[in-house]
Amino acid sequence: MRHRVLPGLPLSLGITLFYVSLIVVLPLGALIFKAASLGPEDYWRIVSSARALASYRVTVLAAFVATAFNLVFGLALAWVLVRYQFPGRRLLDAIVDLPFALPTAVAGIALTTLFAPSGWFGAALAPLGITVAYTPLGIMVAMAFTSLPFIVRTVQPVLEDLDPALEEAAQSLGGSDLTIFRKVILPQLTPALLAGVSLAFARCLGEFGAIIFIAGNQPMETEITALLAFIRLEEYDYQAAAAIASVLLITAFVMLAVTNILQARALRYTMRTA
Amino acid sequence: MRPLRRKPPRVGDSPQTRIALMAFVLFFVALLVLAPLAVIFVQAFSRGMEAYGAAIAHPDTRHAIFLTVVTALIAVPVNTAFGVAAAWAITKFDFWGRRFLLVVIEIPFSISPIVAGVAYLFVYGLQGLFGPALEAADVKILFALPGIVLASMFVTAPFVARELIPLMQAQGRDLEEAATSLGASGWRTFMSVTLPNIRWALLYGVVLCNARVMGEFGAVSVVSGNIRGQTNTLPLHIELLYHDYQTAGAFAAASILTVLAVFTIIAKVLLEKRGAGRAGRPVLTPPGTAATEPLA
Repeated sequence: MRHRVLPGLPLSLGITLFYVSLIVVLPLGALIFKAASLGPEDYWRIVSSARALASYRVTVLAAFVATAFNLVFGLALAWVLVRYQFPGRRLLDAIVDLPFALPTAVAGIALTTLFAPSGWFGAALAPLGITVAYTPLGIMVAMAFTSLPFIVRTVQPVLEDLDPALEEAAQSLGGSDLTIFRKVILPQLTPALLAGVSLAFARCLGEFGAIIFIAGNQPMETEITALLAFIRLEEYDYQAAAAIASVLLITAFVMLAVTNILQARALRYTMRTA
Repeated sequence: MRPLRRKPPRVGDSPQTRIALMAFVLFFVALLVLAPLAVIFVQAFSRGMEAYGAAIAHPDTRHAIFLTVVTALIAVPVNTAFGVAAAWAITKFDFWGRRFLLVVIEIPFSISPIVAGVAYLFVYGLQGLFGPALEAADVKILFALPGIVLASMFVTAPFVARELIPLMQAQGRDLEEAATSLGASGWRTFMSVTLPNIRWALLYGVVLCNARVMGEFGAVSVVSGNIRGQTNTLPLHIELLYHDYQTAGAFAAASILTVLAVFTIIAKVLLEKRGAGRAGRPVLTPPGTAATEPLA
């Protein structure tokens, strides 16, 4: 280790550790402590109750569909932003961030109003027999909205840095656009796509504000896990709230680990090809 | 023979592909992003300008705006100070557990706001660690301003730090070391050497942090108690009005936060032009330098 020259380590590290302990570690520790104090039997009974299981199913299924949609849409959006020149490109680039900047409650009431039976989209979809608001479809729409920027923003820089020589070589060998996209371009984007997918999926699993307005919140059908934890709190059933919140917490940690592994892999890939 | 002037069109540049992709993208951007933006203002003004003004001027709405601004005025500066301290400690020194600390700082990004709210309940609530002691001392944290501020600080804890860490990592320690060896104090080194190099990234982090604090819903919803005119921040007030079937009022309040979101995006674009944010940092930061997300 090299000799320390710069001042301020005790102060800056002290502030950092104090803040992180008080703001992040202490509350999460308290939650884990509360959930652990339940004992394995009670804990298992709560987290595997029919209503909890249904909430996991609703949440994971909707997150899966929303992420799959954003995988295709996000890639197309990134492609358009990077490879095409058109008037309004920079504006489009900027408004991709709107789902991050717009408060979730605002997004929630806006989407609900659009997709409600009397809303702009709801009224248009009704004759087709499609109901979005207050159904699992509504949850998917809300999740797709809030996680939209993740895949665009992870793929965009990689797409910008692609080496055109590889494509040109494939073209000179007579490959069609689709073949070149599949065999030359897509493999280079895959690590970034996977990293974006895991970020988007994790965000979908934890989303609350945008969803509760549009979901309908019927137990067993359109109730997401985060809402179930919230409802248990409002019923003063703190043990159940702690147990269900701990399931969300564990899932978040697993997704964090997956994301870190995928990002490390994506990085190795970029360094190797660079 | 003359050399070829024009390269063959790149993959995906054929007119058919271009039109199909553009149509697909623009259709869904209009549907998912522009329509929600439009409907907020259409609904907010659906009863006319006067009703809009009255909705904004309503004492409960005014109080919600006030509470949101006060929360941001406390949470954002505290978070900024933390972010600067964390970035200084992590990028200017080597110490044991540095990478682990980076991961811990990033945790709030991955956690559902509801989990954050529930977790705070088990620290300061009556059924929590300090609840009974706080009750005995007559200190109110939950269902009051301190709880709202703490929950907001949790969800935004990484915002400033993750903008600064990759940048300060890339800039190295040489300049600061030179300044110190020439006799500058630590504070002076930071103010005249480090700060000028990180100011745009710092401002970028502050802007994003502020937007999130003012818009936070889930975590604050758990700890605030939703007392109308007392502990309702603007996003909570929007929910309350919406569920009271005061749609125009809810959207009038929502329009304020929407304007904030639009200004945040404008500030973001301007700061990115100055090298802050995703433009100024490597796409994927090498392991051990920063575990930050490669995102805006």
